[in-house]
Amino acid sequence: MLGKTANGLYWMYRYMERAENAARLIETGQRIALTRLNQTDKEWASVLRSGDCLQGYTATHDEMSRDLAVDWMLRSKDNPSSVVSSINAARLNARLVRTAITGEVWEAVNSAYMTLKKALGRKVSERELPSVLRLIRHHAALVRGVTHGTMLRNEIYDFARLGTFLERADNTARILDVKYYVLLPSARSVGSSIDNVQWESILRSVSARGGFRMEYGAGGGPREIADFLILDKRMPRSLAFCAGELSTNLGFLAKGGDVGQASRNKVRALENGLLSKSIDDIFRHGLHEFLQTTLKDLTAISRQIEEEFRFYA
Amino acid sequence: MWGRDAGLREPYRNFHAWFDQEDPKRLRAKNREAEDLFRLTGITFNVYGRSEAEERLIPFDIIPRIISGSEWAKLSRGIDQRVRAINAFLHDIYHTQEIVKAGRIPKEMIARNEAFLPHMIGVDVPGGVYTHIVGIDLVRTGPGEFFVLEDNARTPSGVSYMLENRETMLQMFPELFSKNRVQPVQHYPIDLRRSLAACAPKAAGANPTVAVLTPGIYNSAYFEHAFLADQMGVELVEGHDLRVVDGRVAMRTTHGYKAIDVLYRRVDDDFLDPLNFNPESQLGVPGIMDVYRAGGITIANAPGTGISDDKAIYSYMPEIVEFYTGERPLLQNVPTHRCSEPDALAYVLDNLEDLVVKEVHGSGGYGMLIGPTATRKDLAAFRRKLKARPKNYIAQPTLSLSTVPIFAQKGLAPRHVDLRPFVLVSPDGIKITPGGLTRVALKKGSLVVNSSQGGGTKDTWVLEE
Repeated sequence: MLGKTANGLYWMYRYMERAENAARLIETGQRIALTRLNQTDKEWASVLRSGDCLQGYTATHDEMSRDLAVDWMLRSKDNPSSVVSSINAARLNARLVRTAITGEVWEAVNSAYMTLKKALGRKVSERELPSVLRLIRHHAALVRGVTHGTMLRNEIYDFARLGTFLERADNTARILDVKYYVLLPSARSVGSSIDNVQWESILRSVSARGGFRMEYGAGGGPREIADFLILDKRMPRSLAFCAGELSTNLGFLAKGGDVGQASRNKVRALENGLLSKSIDDIFRHGLHEFLQTTLKDLTAISRQIEEEFRFYA
Repeated sequence: MWGRDAGLREPYRNFHAWFDQEDPKRLRAKNREAEDLFRLTGITFNVYGRSEAEERLIPFDIIPRIISGSEWAKLSRGIDQRVRAINAFLHDIYHTQEIVKAGRIPKEMIARNEAFLPHMIGVDVPGGVYTHIVGIDLVRTGPGEFFVLEDNARTPSGVSYMLENRETMLQMFPELFSKNRVQPVQHYPIDLRRSLAACAPKAAGANPTVAVLTPGIYNSAYFEHAFLADQMGVELVEGHDLRVVDGRVAMRTTHGYKAIDVLYRRVDDDFLDPLNFNPESQLGVPGIMDVYRAGGITIANAPGTGISDDKAIYSYMPEIVEFYTGERPLLQNVPTHRCSEPDALAYVLDNLEDLVVKEVHGSGGYGMLIGPTATRKDLAAFRRKLKARPKNYIAQPTLSLSTVPIFAQKGLAPRHVDLRPFVLVSPDGIKITPGGLTRVALKKGSLVVNSSQGGGTKDTWVLEE
């Protein structure tokens, strides 16, 4: 496969994942805003930070408001991580790798682009927001579905998966890091409704609320939430799950050759780090420090993959 | 659809019976459905010179253009003959130039021609093939009567429309294909891959590596480049993916550089090799011409084929066909006045309002004058241009083109069309796909079919004999 094609596939799937994550974050922010009438502006700042686009926002806006924050994350072309920017970038990359993906995957991406271009062509009102967010998730799911259902399980698929899971791991780690203080044992105030809302917002941001309730029923506190999102290998957005997927796909790519070994070793180190720890170990050494290290590791893995598989040169 | 006596032409009989029973409303809905389908599959072309790269559709008309099997058979023989002659001509021109020695073409037509590529002199191209892919632009003027408007021997485009137009018709009107025995075109990509592989250089192994070279995602024909690479199952590469490694042109893969045997390039000669041609080019591969001359790669089409489809050379095609095949040309040329000749220039200036004047090196329907529809101002402007640079122009009479109906607002309406069949050349022989690209001038009375100027396309049916 061409290095350029591997690059295109990797970023196409990273951007699809990013668009979906942004939609989920907005949804969470909106829900908090509706359930807590005070402090909502602060909440939007934290949502923007989770989406890694707070800096860009404050550089271009004087005030923090729901309307502006939602628009920034949804439609702004100046925000490289907005849904519009992500979908555009995903489609551009899909065009670049048109020969590597199936016709159905291309059509799914192109149809996401065409539909969302229309839906996000003008400002989205508060009333329309839920259906627009649903539309984004729906199209992202469609791309994921046809990818799963029509693509050969070869190196093309492996690069697609690497893009998906690096983005997802990055996203989960960032969401946890922005809210890490509400998960700390010291912040524990059982039964306080504030924390319930905060915890729930974390679970919602990664679509884990249902899974968590299934696992822990009405119980479970911050320790369990952290465990679920960091170490639970059954939860498809947990760090352990993502690391496992990265490790598997890099294993296929590096099979029987030197190329890919360095990336694989880095991912294995990350995976082993997660497998050997308990959540209490992580708390003991500092959740924030742990998440910061993980984010750095993910960036290093991405760089190593780009270099080793000759994405650019 | 109708002959000169206004009777329904035989090949359209089945189709017309079907059309008569159709509800125009349903057909109109189908027309919109076709457009949505094109947008979704991304069959678009980019428009140059816009700040935001805009993607546009080429309008598609649902009424097929139908050619009978016997008419096609006759046409194919003519195309085959012409393409053989073009290849023999190219070989001759870049070797001993017998045709010039025989006095059939003036020496300066070659030596002073911008399309003549000195780098190709004495080069023996792999398999002896210069034009691996040819598109011949034709117009029909009457039963079994076709004229060649233009030969496309560089990098003819449009074949993806031939394939996608058929695919769209099959999806929208499957019943039509059970009522009409239409010869298939879908095997074109496989034929193309086989044909290219058969032209591999000696350096290639048993299973040659083929790749398509595109100028990139912003090129107006990017969709077609990606489409063909996808359909052939080969890599789509850009200049920056390639480099010369150990005397071969190789592509950067995730596991190192891999040699390419046959490069189907959709990049013009001038941009192919910054070391040998335009030094500013970012689209090509530095040193590819040296590898090519050493027999390390096949470039399809070969560099320098432009000398054979140049509009000034066009007027010599009857002589060229006769010289190399020893046969009378089966396809007719449109009578052409070379404005470089004083007598011809005088005639053209006197009869400008009846003629079509074209730039010798122009393409895409730009820079041409259509006498009968031109304003007095246009005519005067062209007279000045002709006098200033007569060598730059040729002139042709307007033909009484046959028309094909389109599905217009008020039902069927006649419009002018041309036809570009696609021809594959390899050492194994010449292969012509039954059909081609039919371009249609959607504006009433217009003769310009180019997509850049409001032309559309139709599916082209060749019926079984």
